[in-house]
Amino acid sequence: MPEHHRPVIGVLALQGDVREHLAALAEAGAAAVTVRRPEELAAVDGLVVPGGESTVISKLAELFGLLEPLRERVRAGMPVYGTCAGMILLADRIADPRSGQQSIGGIDMTVRRNAFGRQNESFEAVLDVTGVVGDPVVGVFIRAPLAESVGEGVEVLARHEGAVVAVRQGNALATAFHPELTGDSRVHALFTEMVRERRTAGAL
Amino acid sequence: MSTLNGTAPVTGTARVKRGMAEQLKGGVIMDVVTPEQAKIAEDAGAVAVMALERVPADIRKDGGVARMSDPDMIEGIIEAVSIPVMAKSRIGHFVEAQVLQALGVDYIDESEVLTPADEVNHSDKWSFTTPFVCGATNLGEALRRISEGAAMIRSKGEAGTGNVVEAVRHLRQIKGDISRLRGLDEHELYAAAKELRAPYELVREVAELGKLPVVLFSAGGVATPADAALMRQLGAEGVFVGSGIFKSGDPAKRAAAIVKATTFYDDPKVVADASRNLGEAMVGINCDVLPESERYANRGW
Repeated sequence: MPEHHRPVIGVLALQGDVREHLAALAEAGAAAVTVRRPEELAAVDGLVVPGGESTVISKLAELFGLLEPLRERVRAGMPVYGTCAGMILLADRIADPRSGQQSIGGIDMTVRRNAFGRQNESFEAVLDVTGVVGDPVVGVFIRAPLAESVGEGVEVLARHEGAVVAVRQGNALATAFHPELTGDSRVHALFTEMVRERRTAGAL
Repeated sequence: MSTLNGTAPVTGTARVKRGMAEQLKGGVIMDVVTPEQAKIAEDAGAVAVMALERVPADIRKDGGVARMSDPDMIEGIIEAVSIPVMAKSRIGHFVEAQVLQALGVDYIDESEVLTPADEVNHSDKWSFTTPFVCGATNLGEALRRISEGAAMIRSKGEAGTGNVVEAVRHLRQIKGDISRLRGLDEHELYAAAKELRAPYELVREVAELGKLPVVLFSAGGVATPADAALMRQLGAEGVFVGSGIFKSGDPAKRAAAIVKATTFYDDPKVVADASRNLGEAMVGINCDVLPESERYANRGW
């Protein structure tokens, strides 16, 4: 692919499974870079908020002056994809926040943290994800959240036993599971396409 | 071990256990002995806490047999925080591990800091749903633990000393062993496996990946933000801090500072700012005056 068609996608690298996302994005055809500072955020076309501990990521984002810039860019339409902790950070509302826990927001939903239980209850399950063609996706759920309720503008992309585990609203995508842990980059390809479309639209 | 082959959800897979450790990367796991300490650690940005009765520095001071913690105390900590809770079992004491699994801890540390229960065998970690982290001083030891089912490795260091020298030694050893494997051809890997006393398949996997197949943290002697950043620059994917926080003058401040330095480990300005005005660090012990019998790193085989 010509270099100028390769969207630059950042992975928020404060804490979490950053390397796996970088690898999945590269396989999906993006130029993947880490983002820890406001100036690095300003240089990307889209951003992945990885899995990790949502309380730690939000605390570090606040401490290092990233929270407001993140909110501004998401509000301005930058494509963003959150997995697990990242899904919590993209939720407009957290049902059971730690005191003072902040989110970036962007998706009109209420998430519940650790909704399926502790690590002993963490699991793998096959899922049909709207927008991902071919075989079902293997969802790896690790102390995963779920969306308890979603607003009218939110498209539900996948459910597990009735629970909402993948959503999209405009340029924001979120999954409660971790496609980056499976070597299957189709969800990242879907996101990379969202970034590419946004870039093309912006260029017109 | 279970794997996904039908449509029903499966728990306890290698991917779920190892994947849990992947989520902890870039973070600090802190030893805590009370729910109050656990909350301080969580508020400071710990990615997980290790629930135990005494921190290693006190285990050293008190002597005697160190065992798994009281279930009430572990449950109190589980109740107090929303981040993952780890707890320690003695090496080879698979019943302590069964108890910890039943209590619902998120990770079991089969730890040399406690008095070993078996001087030959470690626990069979594949038979648990709860993932295990184990210590290692070199690549062979790490791979033996992984072959027993460990889903995460930490370099051992020398716990309870506040002295980073052994942590550096063990992490350099593991990383050095890995680079040496990278330089070998296919024929040489068999002999390397024999020398490392590790399964050939794992040795081959490490040679191909250039890293362990599981997450590698560092432990044992980290006491300052610069210590944490040092271990990260040497290749640790995160750090355990034991006695270093709650044996210091201002635990909340030190804990938050170590978290910052762990994330911005390659930015000396951030590490410098994090290092300011932390109050007294734990006193520490010089490892070269530590008798062989008091070296925890020698435990485990």
